[in-house]
Amino acid sequence: MRHPWVERYAPLATTVLVLIAIWYIAAIAMNLSLVRDAFEREETAYTLTDLISGTLSAERPLLPAPHQVAAAVYDSVFGYPPFAPRSLVYHSLVTLTATLLGFVLGALLGIVLALMIVHSRVLERSLMPWIICSQMVPILALAPIFIVVLGALGLHGLLPKSIISAYLCFFPIAIGMVKGFTSPEPQQIELMRTWSATSRQMLWKLRWPSAVPYLFASLKVAITISLIGAIVAELPTGAEAGIGARLLAGSYYGQTIQIWAALVASAVLASGLIGIVGLVERGVARRMGAH
Amino acid sequence: MDPRKLRLGFLFAAGAIVLALLLPSGPRSPSLLPSPAIWQTTACAGLLFLCAAWMANARATAFGLAGITLAGGATLAMLRDPAIAGSAGTGFWMIVIAMCLAAALCVVNLAAMRPLRTDRQNILNILVPLLFGAVVFYLWEVGVRGFGVPPVLLPSPSAAAAKFASSLPTLCTDFVQTFVRGVLIGYAIGCGAGLLVAILAHRYAFLGRGLLPLGNFFSALPLVGIAPIMVMWFGFDWPSKAAVVALVTFFPMLVNALAGLSASGHIERDLMRSYAANHSQSLSKLYLPAAMPFIFNALKINATLALIGAIVAEFFGTPTQGIGFRISTEAGRMAIDMVWAEIALAALAGMGFYGLVALAERATTFWHPSYRT
Amino acid sequence: MASSEPSPLALKEPEAERRPGDNEAIASLVNSVADTAAPDMIASEPPSSKRLVVDAQNISLTFDTADGRVDALSNVSLQIVEGEFVSFIGPSGCGKTTMLRVIADLQRPSAGALLVNGMSAENARLARSYGYVFQAPALFPWRTIEKNLTLPLEIMGFSEIDQQQRVERYLSLVNLTGFERKFPWQLSGGMQQRVSIARALSFDPALLLMDEPFGALDEIVRDHLNEQLLQLWKSTEKTVLFVTHSIPEAVFLSTKIVVMSPRPGRIIDIIDCDFPRDRSLEIRETPEFLRIAQRVRVGLRAGHSYDE
Repeated sequence: MRHPWVERYAPLATTVLVLIAIWYIAAIAMNLSLVRDAFEREETAYTLTDLISGTLSAERPLLPAPHQVAAAVYDSVFGYPPFAPRSLVYHSLVTLTATLLGFVLGALLGIVLALMIVHSRVLERSLMPWIICSQMVPILALAPIFIVVLGALGLHGLLPKSIISAYLCFFPIAIGMVKGFTSPEPQQIELMRTWSATSRQMLWKLRWPSAVPYLFASLKVAITISLIGAIVAELPTGAEAGIGARLLAGSYYGQTIQIWAALVASAVLASGLIGIVGLVERGVARRMGAH
Repeated sequence: MDPRKLRLGFLFAAGAIVLALLLPSGPRSPSLLPSPAIWQTTACAGLLFLCAAWMANARATAFGLAGITLAGGATLAMLRDPAIAGSAGTGFWMIVIAMCLAAALCVVNLAAMRPLRTDRQNILNILVPLLFGAVVFYLWEVGVRGFGVPPVLLPSPSAAAAKFASSLPTLCTDFVQTFVRGVLIGYAIGCGAGLLVAILAHRYAFLGRGLLPLGNFFSALPLVGIAPIMVMWFGFDWPSKAAVVALVTFFPMLVNALAGLSASGHIERDLMRSYAANHSQSLSKLYLPAAMPFIFNALKINATLALIGAIVAEFFGTPTQGIGFRISTEAGRMAIDMVWAEIALAALAGMGFYGLVALAERATTFWHPSYRT
Repeated sequence: MASSEPSPLALKEPEAERRPGDNEAIASLVNSVADTAAPDMIASEPPSSKRLVVDAQNISLTFDTADGRVDALSNVSLQIVEGEFVSFIGPSGCGKTTMLRVIADLQRPSAGALLVNGMSAENARLARSYGYVFQAPALFPWRTIEKNLTLPLEIMGFSEIDQQQRVERYLSLVNLTGFERKFPWQLSGGMQQRVSIARALSFDPALLLMDEPFGALDEIVRDHLNEQLLQLWKSTEKTVLFVTHSIPEAVFLSTKIVVMSPRPGRIIDIIDCDFPRDRSLEIRETPEFLRIAQRVRVGLRAGHSYDE
C-alpha cells in the first residue's frame, strides 16, 4: 500500500531531480568551450575529467552549476555580518522593506477604492473602466519616471520605491476586491434587505466575508508585483542596495554567480511572502468554517 | 439625482462664472477677461449653466455639457496668453471650478441613467468614463499650465502629445524593436511552449502532478530578474528580450492551460469513452475547445506581462533602441516629455495588444456563458 | 388489487438485517403479492427465440470510501433480450446507475461475468455497440446542433455524405428538423435532451442506455418526451435500458421493470409489463397500470427504499 505522501510528492520530487540533472548537463555543455579555450590559452594538457570538473567550477561560467549557486548563496548569507554591504541578507532586507511598505499602502488604497466603487454607482461607471484599462498598460515602465521625478523633489531611497510598489499593487487589489464585494448572490442580498439591514451592516456581515477569498487571491498577486516593483525601482538610478542593485552590478561586472545568487534570494523572498499570505489565508479560512 | 441639488449645483457653477467675469484672471490683466471672444464665450457658458439650473432634470445634462465645452475652450484659449500661463489669477480658476462642478453634475446624471435599450446603454457605458477621463485630462492640462509646473516634473498632456507627434520616427523604431521583435516573438514562443507542455502534462498525469506545483511556484517569481542572464547568453539585442518574454509568459500559460484541459466535466469525458475515442480525438474534440476560455485568460494576462517583461528587460541593457532603453536614458537626461511620449506609446501598444487578444477571445469562445448575460 | 384486502406485507415484514437468503425470501414475498394481485402477471422468463443482448451473472462492485466499504452492486444477475425496453428503478444508491455504467464499460465490476451483445463489455464499447444518454444533455456548446450530432460520427470515421444523411434522419426522428444551425443554449432543456437522444442513435448502435434522461425536466415536458421516446423505440426497434426513479415513468415505458434496492445494491424484483406497444398516456389510469405500480412500490418497500 502506497503511503499517501509518496503519492503526493513523488511526481514533484522526480520532476525536480530530473530538472536538476538537466541543469548539470546544460552547465557542462554550455561552459565547455569557455573552459577549453582557457586551457588552450594556458597551453596545459587536459583530460576529459579536467574539462568536466572545469565546467562545474568556472569562475565566470555561462551557466553556473547548482552547487556553485548554492555555495554562493551560503557564503553571501552566512559569510558576512547581516548588514554588511556584501551580505545577501542586507540586500534582501532593503528590497523587503520597500516591498512590504508598498504592499501595505497599495492594499489599503486598493480596498478603500474598491469600497468607494461598490457603494457609488457614479464611481463604478466612471472609474472602473479606467482601472481595467490600467491593467493593460505596462505600468512598470513608469518606474524610472517616478524615481527621477521624486528624486528631483528630494525623495530618495525607501519612499519612492515604496510608492512605485504601492502604485503597482493597488490596481489588482482594487479590481479583485470590487469583484469580491459584488460576489454575494442576489438571493443573499435580498435576504439582508428583508431584515432591513443598513448599508454598513450589509458591508460587514455579508460583503466582507464573501470577499475574503478574493482578498487573499489578489493579495498574493499584489505582493508578487510589489516585489517586482521594488526590484525594478532599484535599476534606473543605479541604486547601491537591494536585490535589483545586486542584479545590475552582477550584470555590469560579468559576475554570473552573483546574479544567480541574487535571483535565488528573490525567489526565496517571493515564495516566503506568498507562503505567509497563504498561512494567514488558511488561518482565516479555518476561523470562517472551512475544513 | 435630486433636482434641488442639481439646480443648486448649476447655480453655483453659474455664480462662479459671474465671479470669473469680475475677478482678475492673471497677475497683470484687468478684471475683465482679455479678449471679447473669450468673455463672450464664458458668458455663454454661464447662461447655459443657468438654463441647466432652470431645467434641473435629465435634459439639463445636455446644456451642462454644452456649457462645459465652452468654458473649457475659453480657459484653454486663455492659457495661450503668456501673462496668464504660469500664474493664473482667481478669475481663471473660477471658470475652472465652474467647469468641474458642472462636469461632476453631468457625470452623476449620466451615471444614474438607466436606458432600456441596449445600444443606448452601451453608448452611456462608453460616454461616462470618457467624460470622466476627459475632465481629468483637462484638469491636468490646466493645472500644469495654470500653476506653471516645471515640465521636468510633470509635462502637460498637450506638450506630451506634441512631443509624441514630433518624435514619431524614434517611436517607430523603438516600437519595432521592443514590441515586434521582443514581445511578439517571445509571446509566441512562451505561450506556444506553455500550451504544448500543458498538453503533455495532461496526457501523462505523473508529469502533470510534478509540473503543476513548479509552474505555480515559478509564475510567482520575479522572472524579469533573469534578464541579465539572458543578455549574457543571447547578447544585448532583441533575442535576449524575447527570451525573457518567453520565460515570463510560459508559466501562466502552463498553469492556466493545464487547468483548462482538466476542466471538462466527467459526463463529457464518459461520453468520449462511450464512443471509444482515442486520446488525440478526445484532445481535439473535447479537451482543447473546452480549455479555450482558460487559454485565452492566460493569453490576456500574458499580453500585459510580455510588454512589461520586454521593457524591464531593456532596463538591464540594450542597444540604442527600444522603449525601455529610451525611458531609462531619457529619464536620466531629465527629458521627461520624451519619457511620457514613450509611456504613451507603451500604453497604446499594451491596450492595442490586449484588445486584439480580447477580440480573438470573443470570436473563439462566443459560446461561453459569460457572453450570454 | 382490491382495496379491502389488507396488504400481505403487514403480516410478515422482512427482517432488517441482510442475510444470504434474503434475496430469495424477498423475491418470494413479492411474487406472492403478485400472485394474489393479478394472476395474469407472471414472473420473468427470458423467451428463448430472440438473442441475448445483456447477460450478467453475479455482478458485484465494491469500493472503499472514507466510511468503509460500500457494496454498490451485490450479486446482480440479469438477462436482457433484443428489442426489450427495460427500466431500472430504485432509490439513490441502489446501484441502478452503476449497473448501467458497468454494462457500458464506464466502470469495471469487482466480480462476476458480463456479456454485452455476445462479447465482453470493453469489446462492446470498442465496437460502438451502444449509445449513452446522460442525465444532462452534455452537448458541446461550441458546436452547432448539427455538429453535435456528427461528433460520434466523426470519431467513428463515417463519410461526410453519410454524416449528413444521418443528421437529417435522426433530427427528424426527434422532431427537431430545422435546428441544425442553432447552438445548444438556444434550445430549451427538453429540446437539448432530444438532441442528445438523436446523437446517441446517430451511429445505429444495438443498445440505447439512458441514465435518468428526463430527470431535470418538468412533468409536462417529461410526459411529452416519454411519448416521443416510445415512438422512437417503436420505429427503431432498439433495445433500451432506462434508469429512472419515477414509478409511473418506468411502468409506462417498459416491457420489463427491474426493481433494485440499496445497501447492498441488488435486484429485488423483475416485472414483465405486457402493455401494447401502441400505448398512450391514458393507460396510466388503468387498473393494470396501477397494479404493476403497486408491485413496484411493494418491491421498493421490501428493499427498505423508503426507510431513512
